[in-house]
Amino acid sequence: MQPERAAARERAAQYLIRRHSYHWGEALPWLIAIACFFIFPDRMTFGSQVLIAVMFALSLDLILGYAGIVTLGHAAFFGIGAYTVGLGAAKFGWHEPISGLFAAAMASAFIGFVSGWFLLRYRGLTLLMLTLATAIMLQETGNLRSDLSGGYDGLPGLEFKPLFGVFDYDLYGHTNFLYVLVTLAVVFYVARRIVYSPFGQALTGIRENVRRMHAIGSPVHRRLVTVYTIAAGIAGIAGALFTQTNAYVTLTVFDFDNSAKVMIMLILGGTGRLYGAFIGAAVYMIMEDYFSKMSPTFWQFGIGLMLVLAVLFAHRGLLGVITDAARRLQRSRKP
Amino acid sequence: MKSLRWLGLAALVAVVGGAAQAQTVKIGEVVPFSGANADLGHQMDLAYDLYIKLHAKDIEPYKVEVIKRDEGPPTGAQAKTTATELITNDKVQMLIGFSFSPSAIALAPVVTQAKVPMVISNAGTAWITNLSPYIVRLSFSMWHPAFPMGDYAYSKVGCKTAAMAYTDFPPGKDSTEAFKTGFEKAGGKIVDSIPMGSPVQVPDFTPFFQKIKDEKPDCMYVFIPSGAHATGVMKAYGELGMRKAGVKLIGPMDLVPDNKLQDMGDAAIGTIVMGHYAVDLDNAANKEFNKQWHAAYGADSYPDFMSAAAWDTMHAIFDTIKKLKGDLSDGQKVVDAMKGWTADGPRGHVMIDPATRDIVEDEHALEVYRKADGKLGEKVLGTTKAVKDQCKELKIGRCGS
Amino acid sequence: MPHYANIAVSILFDGLAYAMFLFIVSVGLSVTMGLMGFVNLAHGAFAMAGGYLVVSFTRHLGLIPSLILAALVVGAVSVVFERGLYRRLYKATDLDQVMLTIGLAFMAIATATYFYGPIPKSVPLPDWLQGDVNLGFRSFPSYRAFLIVVGAVLIAVLWYAFERTNIGAKIRAAVDNRRMAESVGINVDLLFTLTFAVGSALAALGGGLAIQLFGLSPSFAVLYLVLFLIVVSVGGLGSLKGTLLAALVLGIFDTAGKYLFADAGGFFVYAVTVAVLLVKPAGFYGREQ
Repeated sequence: MQPERAAARERAAQYLIRRHSYHWGEALPWLIAIACFFIFPDRMTFGSQVLIAVMFALSLDLILGYAGIVTLGHAAFFGIGAYTVGLGAAKFGWHEPISGLFAAAMASAFIGFVSGWFLLRYRGLTLLMLTLATAIMLQETGNLRSDLSGGYDGLPGLEFKPLFGVFDYDLYGHTNFLYVLVTLAVVFYVARRIVYSPFGQALTGIRENVRRMHAIGSPVHRRLVTVYTIAAGIAGIAGALFTQTNAYVTLTVFDFDNSAKVMIMLILGGTGRLYGAFIGAAVYMIMEDYFSKMSPTFWQFGIGLMLVLAVLFAHRGLLGVITDAARRLQRSRKP
Repeated sequence: MKSLRWLGLAALVAVVGGAAQAQTVKIGEVVPFSGANADLGHQMDLAYDLYIKLHAKDIEPYKVEVIKRDEGPPTGAQAKTTATELITNDKVQMLIGFSFSPSAIALAPVVTQAKVPMVISNAGTAWITNLSPYIVRLSFSMWHPAFPMGDYAYSKVGCKTAAMAYTDFPPGKDSTEAFKTGFEKAGGKIVDSIPMGSPVQVPDFTPFFQKIKDEKPDCMYVFIPSGAHATGVMKAYGELGMRKAGVKLIGPMDLVPDNKLQDMGDAAIGTIVMGHYAVDLDNAANKEFNKQWHAAYGADSYPDFMSAAAWDTMHAIFDTIKKLKGDLSDGQKVVDAMKGWTADGPRGHVMIDPATRDIVEDEHALEVYRKADGKLGEKVLGTTKAVKDQCKELKIGRCGS
Repeated sequence: MPHYANIAVSILFDGLAYAMFLFIVSVGLSVTMGLMGFVNLAHGAFAMAGGYLVVSFTRHLGLIPSLILAALVVGAVSVVFERGLYRRLYKATDLDQVMLTIGLAFMAIATATYFYGPIPKSVPLPDWLQGDVNLGFRSFPSYRAFLIVVGAVLIAVLWYAFERTNIGAKIRAAVDNRRMAESVGINVDLLFTLTFAVGSALAALGGGLAIQLFGLSPSFAVLYLVLFLIVVSVGGLGSLKGTLLAALVLGIFDTAGKYLFADAGGFFVYAVTVAVLLVKPAGFYGREQ
């Protein structure tokens, strides 16, 4: 009994180690991003926005893809991060960008913690509506105090000190792009560590069979609140970067449109795989940019069609399609 | 690095090549083409196209090339990215359009840094022109129609008391503040100010108007975004029988947009608005404008104040091209050439104020009435000439900076 | 009338008219979601489709025949969607259903923009619906009174169908416990197609009626969807009573909020939603799952 058991355990351990170690394919998205910097130097303003969308989608993947929490109010945390930096620069003379990121992360993580603690006791349609209502109420509050928030005209002309006191921002957005890329890399590293830890495994367990998890004594609610807080913090960083790269923020950051868009990006890319966020956000933003130049009214039809097709046929998103194809290629090579 | 050297070379070629193209003036047009506000962008786009088509011969041998981009939703972010790329990628020499104030606000630092003129054909927040020395506005500020309306309401319409209702976003707040300043200055009293929800959805106006009806002011000043809201306002006003109850409906011209006027029915008759444009405006340039418009776009299509502003924008640009002999590469020279520009357009006599780079135009008090042919029209009751933006004149709030 | 009583009557009347609109559109969504557990976010698109059909039909017919015809057409077309598309996803996750139906809604909006353009539309009203109707103590806008009457009639009809007919009993049984209903021989599939068709037809009717209140533009499909979802979640899935109660509460609270505390904006509706859902997560008359 013993040697078979030990062998099985060894195999299981090897499987996990292999899965969690760095695969050479993981370098690909980063190489592509850096390549874009040199191939498309004129599109770096757009490039920064794509990376910010990736970060936002990544934060949603933690809760949607890994923990299985379906929320319609994720834009709330993006908005809180965005406004923390915005208000800091406009009203409190806080122009240093990196400490602004930390402040934004703290603020949105805090709200994530408080709201998650109350709301994550619910599921399904109830949770959907509660998260949606929370985001909208935040927006309405912002409009009520438009003397502070600037309302829908927002806080314009925000100024930020050069990065580390050295790198200034240029018209072409080169500094911004690298700044966002490096921040994304750091955030991604953190997310990856979380996901491939015992904590991350517990999340997957909760997503797959929450009753079982309760039955084995796993502190489900605590785990959910923890991941929700972390995801909120990351979304807050994305929002902060948004304000910093645009030097402008308005209440529309809280729009339901934002929550819906980031969900669509993630679904298209593929949930629960972290890199799905990269593919989904990049493909969505690029296609939106391309098609709305050609024919804005038909962009909407196209994205609707893609969603329908994705749900019907490409269930695990674009990333799923790619990995399936790669696997089929590998299998066809084997004797 | 090698790649940077190639880039440098490419840039050099582009610049040299660009210089050889001085005959063509590249203009970036940024208006909403998608979403709920697409009809606003449409009105401006049609006007730009029409002017260029009719007057291309006037600027020969120079040509104008317009690159169109979607302004997107009124968040400012898409407009900023799009317009920045027009400058860096497409190398436009000028930006025009801008339906929404957030778009113009977001772009102010960019155009200052890039030294590219931004000519606004709509966005109406008063202090926008203060944000950058490269911003020129041909359209209006919220104060242009609202401040004179306040005065006119008291002195000519006979409103001693007034209630204000507005969509709860910055243009609504600006407009009602302007009306209030003008109205109270003339001696009137504001009895209530009611925010009516967000600009995104058309709300049910009945509870707001019912409250005002119960307060019985002489007049009700309503500001809503041009578009679907206007029809909703008129319907609610009619259904509640407010005119019979003695509450007159007044507002800026956004209240009775020309392309929706015919749908509004009898409820609209007697509404008094202050505006710089109406299709029925009786001047030669407007008659010609309408004739050309219907010839090109059909009998069911109507220009509105946004079309008129866009028309004058292109007129100003064409005059500038002639003045600078087709060389619009120096942004400061372009702006200086536009300062003090004056013409007789569909709106009447207009001028760009050299001090503020904002428009100076006539404001007409217009009343809706039923014409002999059965259609609804607007007749001019009185005109305030050469109105400047009072917010900047009186240095109120953010306008003072 | 004394001043406060006047205000109260205004709020009740306007709130009731608004609530009727919410009810008419949302009831189909509630029963659909309760019966088959299918999250249909394209419901707003069906309402919008009904609205645009009414706009087209009223060029040739009167308002009332247009409303009825539009409802019938949309009801019939929805069967095609249900059989052809939705059926495949009954066992799918909530997220998949949300994404599929949002995709359909986007396609619907783009189609409407293509055929009708982005400019908001309105419909001509027959004379007897314009102006106001005098009930002695005060007068009320005719169109809203009409809306209340239509709503009341529909409620009566639906209630009768639900509580007193065979089919209604079968629907209620299937909402309560689908497996049990199937095992006693109730054809749940057919039942669902029928309810879906009726629900979509009602949505189309609501959309047509809403044109006079809000105007009709392609974004109608998603703009008011949030409201319908709120009514459905607060009322409880699959419950006629619940939808009605939720529509009334939300309609009247929203109107009262606008009248008395206009500064707070739409806050009231969302605050009420959160309050109800925190206490009763399944809504007023929903079943805990």
